[in-house]
Amino acid sequence: MNICRRNMYSKKFGRLMFGLCTRCSTSVVTAATISTSHRTAVRLTSVCKHRMHFLERRSQIGLEHARVRCSSQTTVDPNEVKRFQLLASKWWNEQGEFAALHSLNDLRVPFIRDNLLNAHGRGQPGKPLAELRILDVGCGGGLLTEPLGRLGACVLGIDPVADSIGIAEVHAWHDPDVRDNVRYRSITLEELSEKGGQGAGQFDAVVASEVVEHLAQLETFALCCNQVLKPGGSLFITTINKTRLSYALAIVAAEEVLHIVPRGTHDWDKFVCPVELERLLESRESVFSPPLYLRATPILCLTRLLGRQSLKMVSTWTQSGVCCTTLCQGPGSGRKTPASTTRCML
Amino acid sequence: MHSVTKATLARIGRWCVNVNRFTGARIIYRGVACTAEHGDRENELYDVIISGGGMVGTAMACSLGLDPNLEGKKILLLEAGNKKVMEKVPDAYSTRVSSISTGSATILTGVGAWDHIMNMRYKPYQKMQVWDACSDALITFDKENLQDEMAYIVENDIIVAALTKQLENLSDHVRVQYKSKVVKYTWPKSHQVEDSIPWVQVTLANGQTLQTKLLIGADGPNSMVRQEAGIPTVKWNYDQSAVVAVLHLSEPTENNVAWQRFLPTGPIAMLPLSDTESSLVWSTSHHHAEELLNLDEESFVDAVNSAFWSNENHSELAETAGSLFRTALSVLMPSAGSTRQLPPSVAGIGPKSRVMFPLGMGHASEYIRHRVALIGDAAHRVHPLAGQGANLGFGDVACLTQVLSQAAFNGKDLGAMQHLLVYETERQRHNLPMMAAIDLMKRLYSTNAAPVVLLRTFGLQATNTLPAIKVCSVSVPPKPTNPKCNTPHRTKRPPQHNASA
Repeated sequence: MNICRRNMYSKKFGRLMFGLCTRCSTSVVTAATISTSHRTAVRLTSVCKHRMHFLERRSQIGLEHARVRCSSQTTVDPNEVKRFQLLASKWWNEQGEFAALHSLNDLRVPFIRDNLLNAHGRGQPGKPLAELRILDVGCGGGLLTEPLGRLGACVLGIDPVADSIGIAEVHAWHDPDVRDNVRYRSITLEELSEKGGQGAGQFDAVVASEVVEHLAQLETFALCCNQVLKPGGSLFITTINKTRLSYALAIVAAEEVLHIVPRGTHDWDKFVCPVELERLLESRESVFSPPLYLRATPILCLTRLLGRQSLKMVSTWTQSGVCCTTLCQGPGSGRKTPASTTRCML
Repeated sequence: MHSVTKATLARIGRWCVNVNRFTGARIIYRGVACTAEHGDRENELYDVIISGGGMVGTAMACSLGLDPNLEGKKILLLEAGNKKVMEKVPDAYSTRVSSISTGSATILTGVGAWDHIMNMRYKPYQKMQVWDACSDALITFDKENLQDEMAYIVENDIIVAALTKQLENLSDHVRVQYKSKVVKYTWPKSHQVEDSIPWVQVTLANGQTLQTKLLIGADGPNSMVRQEAGIPTVKWNYDQSAVVAVLHLSEPTENNVAWQRFLPTGPIAMLPLSDTESSLVWSTSHHHAEELLNLDEESFVDAVNSAFWSNENHSELAETAGSLFRTALSVLMPSAGSTRQLPPSVAGIGPKSRVMFPLGMGHASEYIRHRVALIGDAAHRVHPLAGQGANLGFGDVACLTQVLSQAAFNGKDLGAMQHLLVYETERQRHNLPMMAAIDLMKRLYSTNAAPVVLLRTFGLQATNTLPAIKVCSVSVPPKPTNPKCNTPHRTKRPPQHNASA
């Protein structure tokens, strides 16, 4: 009995420590996110260079695979499935390498949900986000895509890494609630938003969670987001803040000391602080948006134009070094509406 | 009684045959269906399966079925027994009763079952008197004005019937499968591996296999879910059995006091059922319990009366010291304390109402696993002396509902460990101190060694004089300690209102 009890306590203790780790050091959490979307995001932005390579690859594996899987399960190459499942075990193990990322959902899902409910005011019980179309940019294994799908939204997850898309699809297929609402495509945002492309002006919301800190060309990214959004759509961005603390936690602690994340995953210089992001979107607006709409909308302190709609930006970040930013495009009035519930991390 | 059992068995047997025939047909049908499409496997995937339709399991089903955030989820309640419908309340009282605290009553109100209970039968009591057989030490608990109920005595059958009735109203949200015995649980790996089904699979005796994202084990102290999941349990048996019976009082009284006396062999309690009837819960040694069961009715009544009234166990030392201490206390705090009341005397017992069952204590070191959660006696079993068994279970129900509701609103997979851990932590933090206190109390009063008797005499008297401590000790059981978790969800605003407000 003593042994049994000792086991019990050691387990308890372990869980407690685990809980502390995941809850307190949200920065580390975010750091883990980045490690996973690193490949994704770097490719996402350096599209110009690697475009050809990607197109080739995509046609070989990704897109074909995606198309096949969307229509029917049975024709999938079993070897392919096995490979994805092996990887999937990593993405979807709640207590494995991505445990921290899973717990980050507690912050970002309510964040996205509440803001969308504020903006659209709908929500049938059980499916609060029903009938909303959401694009998840850099979805990886679908960790954020699935919860949004479960809330009733019709979600498209895109990621240039075909393997991740495979994992996400295999995982989503098991759960009928998710399967009906979630689609994945191995494609870059740029390709999706191309003129005449399927993705233009379709989405009520674009979510780019832990992506922008890896981008080389934020302007292109913003433009693309704008193109795929419906008028009045919302853009959600979550990222690590650029502070000394984020350097200490995300790079020194997570990479050098704790080895949660492989070395070199992060480049602190690429981190974006919300003010910077804000400024960037402001300064570039004239380039992107049709002049007509520019004139039409009054400009307030945090309200800026991005394309056809006014843009209200709510950004919150804490000294912990983690920043959560949401950019919501209001319904044209340009008046700054009350800031959505802001999640304080740490 | 034997003939009844036989008849029941025969009926079950017949039913099994029927079911098997039916299953056979369905298997053939499924074979056909499989070739046509992907198969109807997914039709059998539930979001939540609750195993065990007792008080706690049925309450869980009602609670989940009513939650707005869980609307559209497929919920199934599995019960091995028959559906317990109660067209009319039986005249005779049942021996198995529960003390329902005001907190639990709020929870039952939240799931809509309390109204049914009030329409059937229940007995509130305003006061509780606990005293020692070895000394004059006593403690009374009551609400400030004797108007408010302290707790209620409700028969277990009534609670189940009320919940079942409520569940019928929720048939759109919750499916119930009676007479379904589970033979096997197949657990998923904690994360997806090749070719595996990521859900818990429940195989029934009729060959049916169901899949669920979350399995809630509400299958009692010998929980099969807990054993199959290999969840380690800390447990021990008290060398005691409880003898329960329905007592007829010698004369009608207001009968609004719950009485409990600690005898060296174990506590004896008389719980009010009506003006003329009370329920007996007498915890004593196995041997003595058997003797009590074999006594004729008259001798049994005498034994009960003398257990409440006799002074044979009084120790002079404890009595003298106790009265000195009491005098000292009354000098210090003249107004505090309360007077001794005398329990009513018993005249007879309900026919064939005597039953005994062994007592034990058990606590699962984990309440949850991947896609599994334990509630009620499956997670924790306590001595009946504090009347907290059912209340702890209903507390679990409220907490788990709250956690699952939030998880659903956050778009989570209901079986994920992450939020289940919140439930476990919350409940263990509440249940463990309570269980420890009950166990300690049991041990403290199981002896008549002088020092212990003195200690408990002083303790009881001092506590009785200090209203503050008393309020604490009595409000711990009935009042939810954690508003976040124990508040029944219906009294809270649904979370989406917060968001859209």
